[in-house]
Amino acid sequence: MGIRFVLLVNKQGQTRLAQYYAEHLTLDERRALEGEIVRKCLARTEQQCSFVEHRNYKIVYRRYASLFFLVGVDNDEQMEYTYCGSFTHGRSKQFSSVIAYVAMGAVVDVIAYVNELAILEFIHLFVETMDRHFGNVCELDIMFHLEKAHFMLEEMVMNGCIVETSKSNILAPIQLMEKAS
Amino acid sequence: MYRPERRSEAPNSKPSAFSAASMAATAAITTTSSPSLVDTLFQRSLDDVIRALRSSPSSASEETVISRALDEIRREIRSPDLDTKSVSLQKLTYLASLHHLDLSWAAFHALELLPSPSLPHARIGYLAASLSFHPSSTELLPLATHQLRKHFAPSPANPPALAASALHLLALASSPDLGRHLASDLLPLLSSQSAASSSLRAKAVATALRTLAVCPDVAPVLFKPLVDCLSSSDPRTVSAAVGAFCELALAAPDPFPYLPLAPEFYRLLVDSRNNWVLIKVLKIFARLAPLEPRLASRILDPICQLLRRSHAKSLVFECIRTILSSLTDHEEAVRLAVDKVKEFLSSDDDPNLRYLGLRALSMLGSAHPWVVEESKEAVIKSLSDPDTNIRIESLHLIVGMLCESNVVEICNLLNKYAMKSDPEFANEIIGAMLVTCGKNLYELILDFDWYVALLGEMVRNPHCAKGEEIERQLVDIGLRVRDARPELVRVARDLLIDPALLGNPFLFRVLSASAWVSGEYVEFSRNPVELVEALLQPRINLLPSLIRAVYIQSVFKVMSFCFISFIEQIQAVELLSVGGSTQRSEKNGEQSDTVPLKTTESNVSEGDHGDTTADTVLLLDLIDKKTNFTRESISDLMNLIETAVAPLSECEEVEVQERARNVLGLLFTLRETQFWNIEAAHELKSDKELSEIIELLEAAFSEELGPVSANAQKRVSVPEGLNLNANLSDLSKILTDYDLTPSASISFSLQSYNPQETKEDSVLAVEPSSLLAEHRKRHGLYYLSTHRDGDELNDYPRANEPLLPVDHGDATEDLVKLTTPSLVPRKSKPTKPRPVVIRLDEGDGTSTSHLTTVKKSDNLLSEAIRGVLLENESQPSLSGKLDTSSKRRENDASDNSELISQQTESVTLEHGNSSSRKSRQHRTHKERNESHFKNEDIEKSSRHSIKSSRQHRRHKHRQRGDVTADIVPQTPAIQDFLL
Repeated sequence: MGIRFVLLVNKQGQTRLAQYYAEHLTLDERRALEGEIVRKCLARTEQQCSFVEHRNYKIVYRRYASLFFLVGVDNDEQMEYTYCGSFTHGRSKQFSSVIAYVAMGAVVDVIAYVNELAILEFIHLFVETMDRHFGNVCELDIMFHLEKAHFMLEEMVMNGCIVETSKSNILAPIQLMEKAS
Repeated sequence: MYRPERRSEAPNSKPSAFSAASMAATAAITTTSSPSLVDTLFQRSLDDVIRALRSSPSSASEETVISRALDEIRREIRSPDLDTKSVSLQKLTYLASLHHLDLSWAAFHALELLPSPSLPHARIGYLAASLSFHPSSTELLPLATHQLRKHFAPSPANPPALAASALHLLALASSPDLGRHLASDLLPLLSSQSAASSSLRAKAVATALRTLAVCPDVAPVLFKPLVDCLSSSDPRTVSAAVGAFCELALAAPDPFPYLPLAPEFYRLLVDSRNNWVLIKVLKIFARLAPLEPRLASRILDPICQLLRRSHAKSLVFECIRTILSSLTDHEEAVRLAVDKVKEFLSSDDDPNLRYLGLRALSMLGSAHPWVVEESKEAVIKSLSDPDTNIRIESLHLIVGMLCESNVVEICNLLNKYAMKSDPEFANEIIGAMLVTCGKNLYELILDFDWYVALLGEMVRNPHCAKGEEIERQLVDIGLRVRDARPELVRVARDLLIDPALLGNPFLFRVLSASAWVSGEYVEFSRNPVELVEALLQPRINLLPSLIRAVYIQSVFKVMSFCFISFIEQIQAVELLSVGGSTQRSEKNGEQSDTVPLKTTESNVSEGDHGDTTADTVLLLDLIDKKTNFTRESISDLMNLIETAVAPLSECEEVEVQERARNVLGLLFTLRETQFWNIEAAHELKSDKELSEIIELLEAAFSEELGPVSANAQKRVSVPEGLNLNANLSDLSKILTDYDLTPSASISFSLQSYNPQETKEDSVLAVEPSSLLAEHRKRHGLYYLSTHRDGDELNDYPRANEPLLPVDHGDATEDLVKLTTPSLVPRKSKPTKPRPVVIRLDEGDGTSTSHLTTVKKSDNLLSEAIRGVLLENESQPSLSGKLDTSSKRRENDASDNSELISQQTESVTLEHGNSSSRKSRQHRTHKERNESHFKNEDIEKSSRHSIKSSRQHRRHKHRQRGDVTADIVPQTPAIQDFLL
C-alpha cells in the first residue's frame, strides 16, 4: 500500500482536507493522529528535512504559504524487535525498532514502499494542479471548494496509488462537471 | 429504490422547537422533523455555512454554528428534492471531514443521490459515501452494489467521471463480499481499448488491486487482465498496472510468483521514459532480483545507465536504493551508487537529500564497511545537523559500525557528545550505545572494566532517562562476568554516594542496581563502612519503597560481610599468636583503626618468627585480602545501622519494614553474644556463640546464586520412583521433620526485641543454602561451575583511573576527533584476554527478530496469484513440471513446443487447429487432468490439483477464452526469456 492518507492542515493546526486510503480509523483516532502529526511538523524548521516518522507511518510533508501538505505512507521499518535478556531475573524489553534494527545489523528484507522524493513531487503536482484550476490558489479556495479538491485528488490517487500525473487530465472531469451545472 | 421505513413515521413537531443541544443528542434517524418547502427555498448553501464558521470569533461560538448547521442538515437531507438533499449532504461532508463529525448516519442519504441523472449530484453522493463508508461496519454498501455495477457498465449515460467516482468508492470501501460481487464488472473497464476510457482503465487497475487485497479468491478473474494492462499501448494504463504489480510484489511474503513477469518489467525498464513508472519497476526488481541471480546481472546495466543519465533525483535515489538493497554483489554498481550517495550527502542546501543519503548508507548494512568509512566525515558531520532525523540516522550509522577495536574510542566520544546534546538526542545516543554494546551478550566488549565505567558515566548525564536498561546491564554483567565485579562494585559505590543522582527519578533503577551489586559483591569493596553510610544516607527517603528495600537488604549483606571478615581476622590473629606472644597481638588488635595494615604486617613478622606452616600462610593471605576491622569500627558500624534502620522498622511499606526488621534482628542477635561484654583488656577470644552465628551467615551468603537457564527445569528428569501426581496430604508432616533438623543444632539467645522474626530469618537463611547445596550435588549438570574458569585472569589489571578525562572543547572539536578512529573493523590483537561471559545455552541472549510478519491475506493472495501465473496452487513440487504461459509467453516459448509434442500428444494434435477455442481449452484441461492422475499416483496429491485445475477451467470459461492455455513443460520454473 502506497499512500495511506493525504492531509492539508493550516498553520493553526486546522484540517483543511483529509483523505484516508484503506485506513479505517475512528473519528477519535483521526483527530489524535492529525493533531500529533501536525504538532510534529509545525515544530520543524525550513532547514530540516521533509520526512518525519510517526507511529507506523512515514510522513512526507511540504509547506506552501500557510498550508502544510502532509502525505502519510507506510513506514518500511515498522518491524518490531524484542530483545530478550533471558536469564532468570531478566525481563524482556522492547526498544524503539529503529535502534534495534541498527544494533542488530539486520539485513533488511523489506523494500521501501514509496519513494520519498516522488511523494514530494506528487505534492507539488497537486498544488500546481489546484493552482491552475483556481488561479493563485490559497487556503480559502480549498475551503470553499473542498469537493473539487477532493475530486482532483480522486483523479490523481486511487487506492493509495498515483494513477494520474497530467494536470489537464486531472482537471478534465471537473471542467466537465462545471459545464454541466 | 429502497426507502427507509422510518420515513412513514408521522412527523409531528415543528423543527424550530428543537434546541441545538437536544438535536445533537438525538440520533438523526429518530428525529421526527419533516422537510418542508421552506427548507428548500431558504436553504443555506455550503458557502453560507463556511462564512458563518469563519466569522465566529471563538471555538464556543463555532460549535453553536456547527450544531445549528447540523440541525438544518438533518432536516434538509430528508427532502425528496435532490438539490436540497445534495446541498445538505455537501454541507455535512464539509463539516464532517474538517470538524471530525460523524458522517455514518448520512450514508443512506448519500446512496440516495447515486442514481441521480445529474453528474454533480451523483459525485457529491459518491464523495460523501467514500468518506463515510467503512467496509466492516456498513450494511448499506450491498445496497449500492447494483448502482456501482450500473455505473461501471460502459454506456453513453455514464460519463467517465461517474465511473471514476464509483471506482473510487469501491477502492475505499470494498469488503470481501462487495469485491467478489463486482470483480467481474471491473473486467470490461480493465480490458477496454478505447482512448476515451484510458484514464478509467488506469483507475480500474488500482481498484482491482484493492479488490485483490480484500478478497484474494478473485485473483483468477482479475489477474490476467491486469497482466494484459502491462503491455497496453496507453501509458497511463501501463503506469497504473506497474504500480499495482509493485504493490503486489512488495506486499507478497514471497515474490516468486511474479518472476515470470520479469520480461515485461525489463522491457519497461529499458523503454519507458516515465520516471513514475521507472521508480515502480525498480521497486519490483529490487524484490525480484535476489530470487534470480541471472536477472540481477541482466538489469544491472540499465539501472546503472539510469543512475548516470537521469536528472530526476527521485529516480536516482530509487536506483541507489535498488542497488544497495538488492544488487550488493555487484561491486561496480555499488561503487557508482555510493558515489551518488556522496553527492547527496554533500548537498548542503537540501536536508532531504542528506537524510536520504544517510538512509541509503544504512541500507547497505555492515556488509560493506568501506562505504561508511569513505563517507565518514559527512556522516559524523551530520551528528550536529540541525535536523534531529538526520542526527539520528547518522548516529545509527556510527553505532552500526562499532566493532571490538573501535568501540572504546567511539563510545567514549559519543558519550561525551551526549553530555552536550539536547535531552532527546542525548538519550538516543545513550540508548543506541546500550543496545549496541549489550547485544549478543556484550560481544563487542573486550574490556568490561571500561564498559562498566562507561555505564557509570552515562548515568552522570543529567538528561539520562535510560535507567531501566542501565540497571539491567549492571546486574547482568555482575552475574555473567566474574572479572568485572571489582570495577562494578567501584562504579556502584560512586553512584551510590553521588548526591545528584537521587534527584533524577529516571535513575532510581540504576541506584537500585548499584545497591544490589554493592551488597552482593561486597567482598570487592575497599571500604564497606563507607558503603553502609551511603546506603543509609538520610536522602534515600526520596526513593520508592521497593528500591529502599533493596538498599536495606544490601545493608544486611554488607553488615554480615563485615562481621564475617572481622571474626575471621580475629581467628587468624589468634592462630598466629599461638606461636608468638598473645599479649602483643592483643595490643595490636586494640590499636586504632587507622593503621590496620601495619598491624597485620607486624603480625606477619611475628608469625615468621614462629613456625611458618602452610596453614599460617593461608591465613595470612586471608588477612591480607580482607579489609581490616577493629572492634571499634564494627561497633560504630552497628550503631550507625541501628540508628538509621530502627526508624524504618515502623515504616508503612511492608517491603522496607520487613527488611529493616531483618537487619535489626541480626544486629541484636549479634549484640547479645558474650563477645561484646568481654572487656577489651581481656583475652580476645571469639566465643562460640558468635562464631556459630557467623558460620550460619557465611553459609547463607557464600553460595553464589548464579544465572539459571530458563530451560533448566525442563531438563531435570523426574527421579525414579517419584510420583508427581501423588496426593500431598502428608506433606506438612514431612516438612516439619525437615525443618527441625537444621535448626535443632543451633541455639539462639534471642533478644526480647523481636524474637519471632529473628528466628525465622535465621532458619530461612540456613535452609536455602543447605537445600541448594543438596540440589547442586544432585544436579550439578544444571549449575554453572563455581570455581573460576580461568585462573590466569586473576592478574587482570584494574582500571583504577577514571577513564574519561572530560575536556570541555566544543562539539566540533570532538567530532573531528571522532574522525580519527577508523570505523572499519581493524584486526588488532587484544591487549588482554576477554573475560568469560557466562552463557546459559545456545538460545541465550540471541535475538529473535520478527523481520517479516506474514499476513494471512497476503499469503492467500500470493497463493492465488501463484495459481494464476504458475498454474499451480501451493504445489511447489509441481511448479517445475507444469507451467501455463500467457498468450504473450506463448510466442516467447514457442521453441518449447517440440517438447510439448513429445510429452502430450493430444495437445500437439490440437495445436494449430482452428477449431473452437472453448472446446480446445476444455480438452486441454481434460488432458491435463488425466496426466495429473498419472503423475500423482506417486505424489498422492491428486485431489488438490484437480480442484485447482477445475477452478481454473471455470474462470477460463468466464473469460470466454480470452486466454489460451498451453502446457509448457519446463525444468526450472524460472523463465529464461531474459537471458
